[in-house]
Amino acid sequence: MMKELTAMTQTQDTQNRTTTAIELHDVTKRFLTPAGKVYTAIHAINLSVASGEFLAIVGPTGCGKSTTLGLISGLEKTSEGVVQIMGEPVQGIDPRIGYVFQSDAVFPWKNVLNNVATGPLFRGQSKSEARKKAREWIARVGLAGFEDRYPYQLSGGMRKRVALAQTFINEPQILLMDEPFSALDVQTRTLMEDELLTLWSSLKASVVFVTHDLEEAISLADRVCVLTAGPATVKGIYTIDLPRPRKVEDIRFDARFVELYQRIWEDLREEVLISYERNKQRA
Amino acid sequence: MNVISNEPETINGVRENAVVPSVIAARRRRRIIVNSLRVLILVVIIGGWQLLTSVGVIDPFFWGQPSGIWAQLVTWVTQGTAQGPLWEQIATTLEETILGFIIGAVLGVTFGIILGRNRFLADVLGPYIKAANSIPRVTLAPLFAIGFGLGIQSKVALAVVLVFFIVFFNAFQGVREVDRSLLANARILGANPSKLTTQVIIPSALTWIIASMHTSFSFALVGAVVGEFIGSIQGIGLMIQTAGATFNVNGVFAAMAILAVVALVTEALVTALERRLLRWRPSTVNDATI
Repeated sequence: MMKELTAMTQTQDTQNRTTTAIELHDVTKRFLTPAGKVYTAIHAINLSVASGEFLAIVGPTGCGKSTTLGLISGLEKTSEGVVQIMGEPVQGIDPRIGYVFQSDAVFPWKNVLNNVATGPLFRGQSKSEARKKAREWIARVGLAGFEDRYPYQLSGGMRKRVALAQTFINEPQILLMDEPFSALDVQTRTLMEDELLTLWSSLKASVVFVTHDLEEAISLADRVCVLTAGPATVKGIYTIDLPRPRKVEDIRFDARFVELYQRIWEDLREEVLISYERNKQRA
Repeated sequence: MNVISNEPETINGVRENAVVPSVIAARRRRRIIVNSLRVLILVVIIGGWQLLTSVGVIDPFFWGQPSGIWAQLVTWVTQGTAQGPLWEQIATTLEETILGFIIGAVLGVTFGIILGRNRFLADVLGPYIKAANSIPRVTLAPLFAIGFGLGIQSKVALAVVLVFFIVFFNAFQGVREVDRSLLANARILGANPSKLTTQVIIPSALTWIIASMHTSFSFALVGAVVGEFIGSIQGIGLMIQTAGATFNVNGVFAAMAILAVVALVTEALVTALERRLLRWRPSTVNDATI
């Protein structure tokens, strides 16, 4: 009880100090292609995410959405511009960050319990402490009873739950998600989206959620950011004023949802077409 | 509604009940046929060999005779070999093989991981490793016999060299092929470089390393036996060498049979080790092997 209370005051303190959790100032990222040419993945992006906000980034395939997450996480360095987290420039990997990857990134040689306990163990907690916490999180994502299974024995949806527990157990203040549910079937995906919203509301983290699915973006986010076909820049940012708590499977029939969808899709469609034409020419 | 939803289940249930016993019976029949054919092949080969040599179509002096091979085996077991008791020969060869395998594998894994993790070092040493690998390494046997003498060391050295390169290349490749997103995930979760190596890179490369263990163990045996050919005081290789030099063809075959048994037993041990270390993998891979 006391612990919870101090934790709460702490988060309030940080909220008071910095209202923006993530800030990107004129961020550009260039890569050297194997052919020796310079490829600009993202160009002069300006973006800010408020503390506790859920931001979704949509854009055509291969436009640099994942690169943006890589820069925020500190896994990659910017070519130009500054990324700030809680008011400080990013230098290496920040322990306050959690990252859920597009591909299966759970460790196939660890069972569910050890997979979820990985974070606390890496961060120097004792084995018993880490396992106790892991059991709690496994139960919270609905996998109680599956602690001893190896990832290959689980379905795609269950593996994603493991990945969520593995990330949430570190109680990240910033949560980066790179098309986490794109490999799941539609029914499982809706379930997982609802689950994510529940977990997020209890954690109060700032989220950057990358997806190519506009419906998913609108149902989950407070704001949706549309990126242009590569090099990516911000084309438009839309505030999603749908009330919370939301039920993902119902909200898409809401009149306001449809209206927002149409407006954002206008923007997105142009970019998708540009990217499609480019890919066709390349192929 | 109920009737409709229940119907397929009952149909399935009935069908399964009817099908299962016949499936089991078919499987058992197949197993019996496979096993009897296996025995038949053995009988035809050994029996034919025995028959053809006893009627004189094949000269048993040059090609041996199953009954002679058996007699040789019995003599070795009961009276020992020319260079001492049989178990001592087997033990010597096994000792050389296992020592060579362990030293070679440990060196191979260590260097594979170091070079796999360090691109710069790999670039610098790359040409030399390739050059060393291109030399047929059995040719080192006379060199080792001179350098290390007729004792166990020269055979162990040859086995080490043979094992090292196989394990090294697999470990190296295994480290290079580690899934990028697994590495990224581990780093985000808080892994420092040493944790990254022990908790992600080594387990992930282990599939490759273990896969090379099967081949490298048989190469360790080749190293030991070839080393014994060149110069030794004990071992199965020496038994073959002695038998060959005295035109004892049955002796060569008998020693080969002993080697085959040794190889099969150790192979089973490596497989057991593999199962233990790779239990996180689906077992379909194992089912595919014979």
